[in-house]
Amino acid sequence: MSVAEWQLIGFSLRMALASLLLVLPPGLALAWWLAKYNWRGKSIIETLVTLPLVLPPVVTGLVLLELFGRHGPIGGWLHRAFGLEVVFTWRAVVLALAAMSLPLLVRAARTAFAEVDARYEQLARTLGAGEWRIFFTITLPLARRGVVAGILLAFARSLGEFGATIMVAGNIPGQTMTLPLAIYQAVQADDEAHAWLLAGVSAIIAFTAVFASEQLQGRRA
Amino acid sequence: MNATRLIATFVRTFPGGPEIGVDNLCLGDGVTVLFGASGSGKTTILRCLAGLDRPDQGQIQFAGSAWFDGARRFSLPAPRRDVGYVPQDYALFPHLTVAGNVGYGLFALPAAEKTARVAETLDWLGLTDLGARLPHMLSGGQQQRVALARAVVRRPQLLLLDEPLAALDTPTRLHLRAELRQWLRHLAIPTVLVTHDRFEALALGDTVVVMQAGRNVQQGVVHEVFSRPVNRAVAELTAVETIQPGRLVELRDGLAVVAVGGQQLLALPGAGLSVSGEVYVCIRAEDVILTRGGPGAATASARNRLAVTVQGLQREGPQVRVNLEGAFPLTALLTQAACAELALHPGDFLIALVKTPQVHLIPW
Repeated sequence: MSVAEWQLIGFSLRMALASLLLVLPPGLALAWWLAKYNWRGKSIIETLVTLPLVLPPVVTGLVLLELFGRHGPIGGWLHRAFGLEVVFTWRAVVLALAAMSLPLLVRAARTAFAEVDARYEQLARTLGAGEWRIFFTITLPLARRGVVAGILLAFARSLGEFGATIMVAGNIPGQTMTLPLAIYQAVQADDEAHAWLLAGVSAIIAFTAVFASEQLQGRRA
Repeated sequence: MNATRLIATFVRTFPGGPEIGVDNLCLGDGVTVLFGASGSGKTTILRCLAGLDRPDQGQIQFAGSAWFDGARRFSLPAPRRDVGYVPQDYALFPHLTVAGNVGYGLFALPAAEKTARVAETLDWLGLTDLGARLPHMLSGGQQQRVALARAVVRRPQLLLLDEPLAALDTPTRLHLRAELRQWLRHLAIPTVLVTHDRFEALALGDTVVVMQAGRNVQQGVVHEVFSRPVNRAVAELTAVETIQPGRLVELRDGLAVVAVGGQQLLALPGAGLSVSGEVYVCIRAEDVILTRGGPGAATASARNRLAVTVQGLQREGPQVRVNLEGAFPLTALLTQAACAELALHPGDFLIALVKTPQVHLIPW
């Protein structure tokens, strides 16, 4: 493979990783909140979180474009306050991948947290532990397989994301072009060999992630 | 039994379920047994004391400070109550070793001190060699001890034990019952112990609180409560084997004369007895002495003498339960040795002796 191809793979992996880091803290917090508490309007939050999973990715991209554009409510503020450009930069790639992988992470982690027997958390409470300590020493360790499986799924989803990315980040070689976008580009340019090579790389990465995720979930004894 | 540590009056209702609560429950030092049939609300009471369940209304005060006050909508969170809690299934953290479980609550201590405290507690309970094991590698008796170690290592103000021996097989249970008694004596932490086993209550408790249908109905020193149940339901719960309806005939020389199935018995009159009132006559199987007549029976002039026939014998561990028929059905509990000495067989004619103070009268 050429240097450009390696760079493309490296860029795609870095973007997926960055989106994972962005999504992990709020995703786990949200999953924990959904798993352990009942409150009014909970189902609305659940629906909103799941929405990117069922909406056409292009629609999610369009919403992000509107929110994070230079004249959008969030993008405008970021531009004025920090001089940050989001749309059509690598930041938009991370944002699109994060939005698209959040539902997978939250749903997997929520199930895993809910499966942790509340007796252990209650007992930790009688031993003087606060909620943070309980989360990190009891809930998260006992839910780790499910959480890691969710992380791998989210990562794999990020690597395959196309529709939202192209809407909000465009397809700028060397700046916002990820693996799926490059495959699309290659097919458009009639470079089928290149497209198949990249498709093969994508398949290997995706297979590895899903296989690892299945192994982790299956091993839960 | 001296100073009152905990005073509680509260109610916890479950949607579509029973109402569970305690009325003026007072706990002192020593071991208080919360005794009752399953479903009588014992575990709920314990969880409310631990702060894991929240009463709908009422008050819980411990050593002068409020743990729960329904009127002020105040509930001291469980982590700040400083209790040691051992649930019925122990709930050992499955991902932590024995030492990790025991040391879990010591997060505020420096590492060296924590290690020392854990080692000391493991040593005391004979768990030293098991420190590196995971809970699923332990026997039931070992799990029970680890759960106890985890609860007491923080030196809590109050220890709550929910059926600590119920999950164990019988030989282990009997062995641990004796050990648990020693441990609880040694710890000298005020303890509430939930059980439905009256022998556990007798063996482990200083005082007993009898729970019935979600209420505390009787409280006192264990053997007194067991020998003087306040009503028929408590008598059945404390498993007084013989409960017969009778009639109080007269009070004579400070003794009550009751008629049961055509036989007259002498009993100590308790409070609330009225002449010619209906009573339940309660006799515990341990209090029935069997003899074939002769010198032993002759000297027993102050006792109630009943002519009985042996109906059947049932072995119960080291004891034998003897079902008798006379003026009314009666049950005796003998050691195997005593049983062999009397050479008991079904159909034998015997004299059953019951001391006057051991005939308990419950008015109804």
